[in-house]
This record gives sequence, C-alpha cells and structure tokens, in this order.
Amino acid sequence: MKKIIIGMLVLLMLFTVVGAAAAQSGKYALVVKSAGNPFMEKVREGFENAISEVGGEAIYKAPAEPTVEAQIIMIEQLITQRVDAIAISANDPEALRPALQKAMSRGIKVLSLDSSVNPNSRMVHVNQADPEQIGRVQIQGIAEMIGGEGQIAVLSATSQATNQNLWIDWMKKELEKPEYDNIELVKVAYGDDLRDKSVSETEALLKSYPDLKGIIAPTTVGIAAAGKVLTDRDLVGEVYLTGLGLPSEMAEYIKNGVSPWMYLWNPIDLGYLAGYAAEGLVAEEITGEAGESFTAGDLGEKEVIKAGEGTEIMLGAPFRFDADNIDQWKEVY
Amino acid sequence: MENKLEKGLTFNRKIKAEKEFNLKDFFLQWEWLLLLIFIAIHIMNSQLSPYYLNTYTLLDATMTFLDKAFIALSMTFVIIFGDIDISVGSTVALSSVIMAVLYNAGLSMPLAIIVCLLVGITAGFINGILIVKFKELSAVIVTLSTMILYRGIAYIILEDQAAGGFPMWFNFLGWGYIKNLIPVILIAFSVAAVIFYLLLHKTTFGRKIYAIGNNDIASLFSGVKVDKIKLIVFTLNGFMAALAALFLTSKMGSTRPNIASGYELDVIAMVVLGGVSTSGGKGRMIGVLLSIFIIGYLRYGLGLVNVPSQVILIIIGALLIISVLVSNLLYGNKSE
Amino acid sequence: MAEKSSENRMSLERIQQIREFSLIGFIIILSIFVQFRNSNFLTMANLDDLLTNTAILSILAVGMMMVIITRGIDLSIGATLALSGMLTSMLVSVYPALHPLAALLIGTLIGFVSGSIIGLLVAKFNILPIIATLGMMNVFRGITFLISGGKWVSAYQMSDSFKSISTGSILGINNLIVISIFIYLVFYYFINYTRTGRKIYAVGSSPKSAKVSGINVTKITWLVYSIMGSLAGLSGVLWVSKFASAQSNTASGYELNVIAACVIGGISIAGGEGKVTGLLSGVLLYGILENALPMINVSPFWQNAIQGAVILIAVVVSALIKRKTGSSNKIRRED
Repeated sequence: MKKIIIGMLVLLMLFTVVGAAAAQSGKYALVVKSAGNPFMEKVREGFENAISEVGGEAIYKAPAEPTVEAQIIMIEQLITQRVDAIAISANDPEALRPALQKAMSRGIKVLSLDSSVNPNSRMVHVNQADPEQIGRVQIQGIAEMIGGEGQIAVLSATSQATNQNLWIDWMKKELEKPEYDNIELVKVAYGDDLRDKSVSETEALLKSYPDLKGIIAPTTVGIAAAGKVLTDRDLVGEVYLTGLGLPSEMAEYIKNGVSPWMYLWNPIDLGYLAGYAAEGLVAEEITGEAGESFTAGDLGEKEVIKAGEGTEIMLGAPFRFDADNIDQWKEVY
Repeated sequence: MENKLEKGLTFNRKIKAEKEFNLKDFFLQWEWLLLLIFIAIHIMNSQLSPYYLNTYTLLDATMTFLDKAFIALSMTFVIIFGDIDISVGSTVALSSVIMAVLYNAGLSMPLAIIVCLLVGITAGFINGILIVKFKELSAVIVTLSTMILYRGIAYIILEDQAAGGFPMWFNFLGWGYIKNLIPVILIAFSVAAVIFYLLLHKTTFGRKIYAIGNNDIASLFSGVKVDKIKLIVFTLNGFMAALAALFLTSKMGSTRPNIASGYELDVIAMVVLGGVSTSGGKGRMIGVLLSIFIIGYLRYGLGLVNVPSQVILIIIGALLIISVLVSNLLYGNKSE
Repeated sequence: MAEKSSENRMSLERIQQIREFSLIGFIIILSIFVQFRNSNFLTMANLDDLLTNTAILSILAVGMMMVIITRGIDLSIGATLALSGMLTSMLVSVYPALHPLAALLIGTLIGFVSGSIIGLLVAKFNILPIIATLGMMNVFRGITFLISGGKWVSAYQMSDSFKSISTGSILGINNLIVISIFIYLVFYYFINYTRTGRKIYAVGSSPKSAKVSGINVTKITWLVYSIMGSLAGLSGVLWVSKFASAQSNTASGYELNVIAACVIGGISIAGGEGKVTGLLSGVLLYGILENALPMINVSPFWQNAIQGAVILIAVVVSALIKRKTGSSNKIRRED
C-alpha cells in the first residue's frame, strides 16, 4: 500500500508538469476506414502529395479493425494534437457525429471523403463519384454484357455498408426503366467483405439460380471472390461479372473474360483532391458552402456543390477498366 | 475420501493444493511492477509528445478507454472463479440496440436506459443459469454460444439500420465534463471501481469468490452457495456490459448491431495483465485498475504520436506476454 | 483401481458414441430439411463445394482439438494463417517458379516457427494459453501488416501452379479435400495409436498424474502448439491459393469458427476429452450451416442467431445425453 501511495505522489508530480505545446502550422490528418487496405494506401499517397505541395504536414491514421469506436479514439487524439484539418473516410455515417462536432467546436476543419459522414458532422464531402451515376452505370454495364435480358444478382459487402446500400438503391431505380424489363434482380447477397463468405455466397447464388446471367459486386473483396469462383467453374461467357474493384485484384479476371469490364475511381486523385479541399478550408478559401470554388493543384478548378442536406466536391465519373487498359493500372493500385 | 469428494459434485474445477504462505507478497510485488510500467509509460509518452503531459490531456484520454473498463471490473470476479465470459461484447451490442429501438419506438429515455440495463442483466443471468445448471459445460462454451446468439439477436432486431437520435442530455454520459475538466465517465468509473474494490476485498461475498476460485468443492463443503454466487457474478457481468453499452452508445450518438466487437478480448487482456490468473483464485482489484490505465494510456500516447495501429498491436501483445513472462521468471511459476 | 478406470473409459466411449450418433442424426435431419427447401443441396456439385469450403476449417480443427485436449486454447491461428499466407504469396510473386510443394512446405514451416514460439511460452514459461495466444495473435497480425506494407498480393501476381494447389484435383477430388482427408488419417493414427498421441490425452486428463507417470508434459504441450502452428501455416498457403489473394486481415476472427466447430464436435474445453470422429461430425455440421443458410435464403441478419442457437443446443443436448447415461459424475480426473 505504501508503495502505491508513493507511486501516486510521483504521478501527481508528473501531472503538475504541464508540457509546453508548441503549435505548428499546417497539420492535416487523414483518417481511413482500416489499415492494410491498398485502396486507402493510394488515397493516402494522393493526400500526402497534395499536402506536401501546399507545404503542410500530413498525418495518416488507420485503425487495425474497421470500427467506428477506433475512429472516435483517433479523432480525440487528433484534437489533442491540435491538427488544423481532419479528412475522414467513415466507418459509420452517424456515429462519428459527437466526436467530429467536438473537433469542429475546437476550430478544426472537418471533411469526409470516400465514405461520408452526415452533413451536420462535416463541412464538406469529397465524393469520388456521384452515387447515382455509380449505381446506374453498373446496371448499364451488366445489361450490355448479358444482352439485355436474364437474371442478375448483387454481391455486396456488409449489410450495413452505407456506400454499397446507396449504390444498390440507385441500381434498383435504374432497373425500373422499361429497357430493363427483361432483367430480373433475384437477390442481394452479402459477403461481408470476407473472402470465404463471399465465395460461398457466390456459389450459393449460382446454385440457387441456375439461370443466373450476371453478378454485380460493388465491393473490392466481393468482386475478386466472385471472379475467382467464376474462373474456377469455367463460366466465362455464361455468367458475367461487373462492379467496383481494384485493378490489381481484378486484372486476372478482366483478362480471362469473366469480367469484361468494371469500374472504379482513381484513389490517388481522390486523396489529392481531399488534401487540397482540406487546405482550402484551413486557408478559409472555402467554407463548405455551395457555389464556392478553389484550385485543387493539378486537378484544376473544383466547385463545391449542394448534395442533399450538405455540400460536396465531386471528383469525376467512375473510370472504366477493361482488357485494353488494365495492364497499365494493375501495377498502380 | 477423494472419491467421495468427487461423487455428486462439480467436477470440472480443479482441486488445487494452493500454497497460501507468500501469496500476498507476490501480489504486492506484481502490482509494484505494474506501477513501474505505469510510470514508465507516462515518462515515455511525455517524451514522445509535447501534447501529452498536461492535466487536460491526461483526463481527456480516459474517455477513450473507460467504457470497456467497466466490464473489466466484473470480469475480474469471473476470472477469479477460473471462468471466463466472452459474450460481453455481444451483450453490449444487444442491450444498446434494444435501448435505441425502444427509444425510437416512443419509450422515454430514462425508461429505455433501465431496459438497457435489464437486457444486460438478463443476458448475464442466462449465461449464469446455463453455467450453473450444466456443469459439464465450461463457461467458455456457454459464453461462446451466447456471444454468437446475442449479437445475432441484435442483427435480427436492427438488421442493417442504425438507431439513435437520443436526447441531448444523453450525450453527457460519453462526452460531458464536470467543471469543464473532469470527464463524467471518469467519475462514474471511479465510483464503480471503489464499489467493486470494496465488494471484492472487504465483504464476505468477495471472500467467497476467492474461495470458489481456489477450490469450489471445498467451498461447497464449507457452506458456500457456489451456484448462487456464480449466478450473481455472471449476472453482474451482464449488468456491467450494459453499463458500458450506455457510455459507448452515448459516445457514438447512435448504435448498430456490430458495435463493441472484439471487446471481450480487450477486457480479458486488461484483467489478465492486472495479475488475475485464469486458473482461478488469484488477483486483486488494484492490479486490474492499474492495468486498465496502463493499456489505455499506452494506446493513447502512441496514438498521439501517430504510431501506426499495427505497431500498437504488436506493442500491446508483447507487453502482455513480457509482463507475464517477467512475473513468472521473477516470482517462480504459477501454482500447480 | 485400474479396473475401475477402464470401466469408466468404456462408458465414456459409449457416451461419445451416443453423442456422435445424435450429432449425425441432427446433421441428417438438417440436410433433409434443407434439401426440401432447395433441391440443389444434395447434389454432387454442392457437396463438393461444401467439402472444399470446409477443408481448411477442418484442418485447423484437428490442431485445435489437440490443443483443447491439453486444456489449452489457441486464439492466434487466424493471425498465423495470415502471416504464413502473406509471406508465402509474397515469395511466390517474386519467384513465380517456386514449386507448389515448396510453397506448402515453407508455409508450414512459418507456421511451425510461430506455433513453437507459443508452445515455448506456454510449456516452458507457464504462460496461460489464452494470454500467450492472445498476445501473439496481436504480434503476428502486426508483423503481417508491417511486412505487407498494407498491400495485398493479387491473383495476377501468383503463378498458375500456386493457384492450382487448391483448384486442382486428384482422381476427380479437389486437392483441398484430399489434403484434409490425408491429415485426418495421419492424425487419427497419431492420436489413437501412437504413444505420443495417447500422452496428449494423459496430459489433458491430469497434468499432475501425467508428470508422475513419467510423461514429459513440457514437451507434449510444446508439441501440441507446434503442430497447431504448422497446420495453421499450411492452411495459410491453402487459403491464399484458394482465394487467389493475400491480405493482412485474412481470416481475422477465424479462430472462433474453429473453436466452435471443435465444441460442437464434443471436444471438452476442460481437457482430456474428444475424438477425431466426433470432431469430424462437428466440422461437418459447421460446414453445412455455412453452406446451407445462404442456399435456403435465410435472411443474412438471421444467420448469426441461428448459428449461435444451434451451437448452444448442440452442447446442451450433449450434456443432457451424458447425464442420461448416468456416468456424468464419474469422471476420470483426479488432480
């Protein structure tokens, strides 16, 4: 007990020594969904490029597991470090609100990218591509592949992934158009972004719907797992696959014809744009109001537009990867 | 005699011939070691980051790890039995989800909070009753099944939705300060810690817990109602999980079925690093409290200088093993 | 005394048998039910899928069974699997000509090293298995993150021969199934008919009496974790080859699936009990649940709860059966 009391005293002494905090200018933090994700590593690359161009310091934070709890802790650590801006790809659109509002109340500029947070917890969102466009273009793609008729299915990530759910909603709206009357969406399956589960879900789709013509997988792990299953079963030309995937993961399946083409945006540009948007906010060049514009380095002039309740900055249209261009991209990301 | 003892009694617990004589010394030393680590971490952190060593940061940091720590308090009891409860993360999710759904369905917030705690109590009680009624099943198996089951129920209730929109005052639990300085959660935790400390070390209830952990058959013979105490402790563990759910939910402002995943391992690590042996009968609350703050401040400090989270993983893992290793080497092997 | 214990063993054997039969009965009923809902279930093609997808789990379960028999647990296997898978596939991406057998061997070796470190911590330094494996889980996972630098190894970086490890077949049977059958045969023999194998049970039943009777408990315990590690390493190569992609978070949390399969298979966490045949039915039931639930269009939100309920029912029923046979109190543990 005595020792503990002594320890406490030592601690108290430590407490009283207040560390002098020299405020540096220009600290920009990027918080991503989780570590070990090549897409996010490329976003980081772009972000760091932009920040070094404007002469600031970039901080990269990636939780070991993709949980919102871990992201909250990281935001608190960033508040303590007195960063100037936080750019975040959220694991949950709503649950970061208290943490991000606390950051904003301390004068930190908050923006989201890739996976957004709700408008009241951010100043602006950097959108890789319009969700409506992403949803619709995948239906258009699969319709072209299967010749306008037949059964299709969606293999998504987790059932609560906000991005995916939004895209799937737009897919369903696109399917209401009369030209898709002969296309039937039979099931939305969830592979939870796990390899093994995505594989068994794909196999279950093939068995439950023997006439299945096409699969849309708007998620990196899912599309690669589906590509693997279709390749192993030699279903090239019988069941078509498209969706959103990493070029490196999909190179094999685009070249063997399982997936004639698929879509994604350029993560480096996404990070780059987010970096410049953060700088714009910090320099008070923009405030996140619709109608403002700023120069995003090599990307040129970008405009803040209204989106739902909040505002966003659009990167561009989703990029189409096919057999002709995949080789130059597979090494990149 | 031995055969008689075995007959008709719980059999899945080992009878240990515990040497009592220098146990107390050992624990004093173990906690001394923890205190050294604790101080070392503060020195290291303040060297690493200029933002670390001030009252505000040190107090604020507690907000990032104290929610799980509530469960560590009651988990200490469970582990002193020589049992384990890995369903706590799921209990957090289930009670949080039910609270949010009922609130959104029109129940008033105070009532929803009571329901949340009741859900935790029920979940813990179910664990306890299964463990007590089916002695053939170890606590690991029972709580492994209920871990999957409870989270499964949370998924059935809320599917892919989030629920939230709680009243403003509820935010106060996770984010509020007293006098603009001391986090509410720190005060709540301190109160809970004192209660659990007294419960374990100053009451007959606590003594019975140790007795059961050391030798539950002998305790039974000496008139300890082993089943009843186990039931109470597992129920208490469920209750504490629900309490943690309140703070976590407040922190996030909304909830989903997938929250608090992996909490069980974090909590077990806190307890075990605190010197509570999973073979039962040993460990003290002071050690657990120290270890909660060691792990919490270590994570926070490393995060403050933006050490990649995978490196933090390695450091925490190594710390866990090395500290147990050192204690084994210094103070001889554990029991048996 | 000797007579009595052999009598006990007899009745235990009987309990195990009843347990297995009831489990197999449950599997049959479940299969019939699923078959009614989706006629594709009991087709050769689906059974092939089912077994292929369960193969890796089943291999890990053998190792976990031995660990659990010695009263231990290994939470690090998912991380070991990821480490071995990542290292091997990185190697393959640099040396595409690497022979598949060499890849398997290297993966197994990486797993062996990981496992033997844990074995050393548990056996030599008396660190409790749950702590040692929890700690090393973090360490292995972190190392995998660091080595890979956050990158994945993708299909195009792997040679065809490497990918064919798990897509190829021998006599029309998928390699993964062949490998797991082989492993089951080897370990069935090892556990039941070799002295070392029997010693594992002795250590689990009562470490003290095992020590008294001259068994090197330290060595056996170390061996068990090393075998577990080796199997996890092997599984890492199979996993990466099967999915043609290596990530640092591969198989995160997979250890719980493996432990669950062991538990359903009647391996008692209290140690000393459990048989390869029982394990097999546990693994099979787990595999069927994973395979059948998506096929009969169970809402994905219900899958967790159903799995949890089935495991709970399986263990409770087996406990009740044990009681019915009346020998639940005569347990051959005396330490």
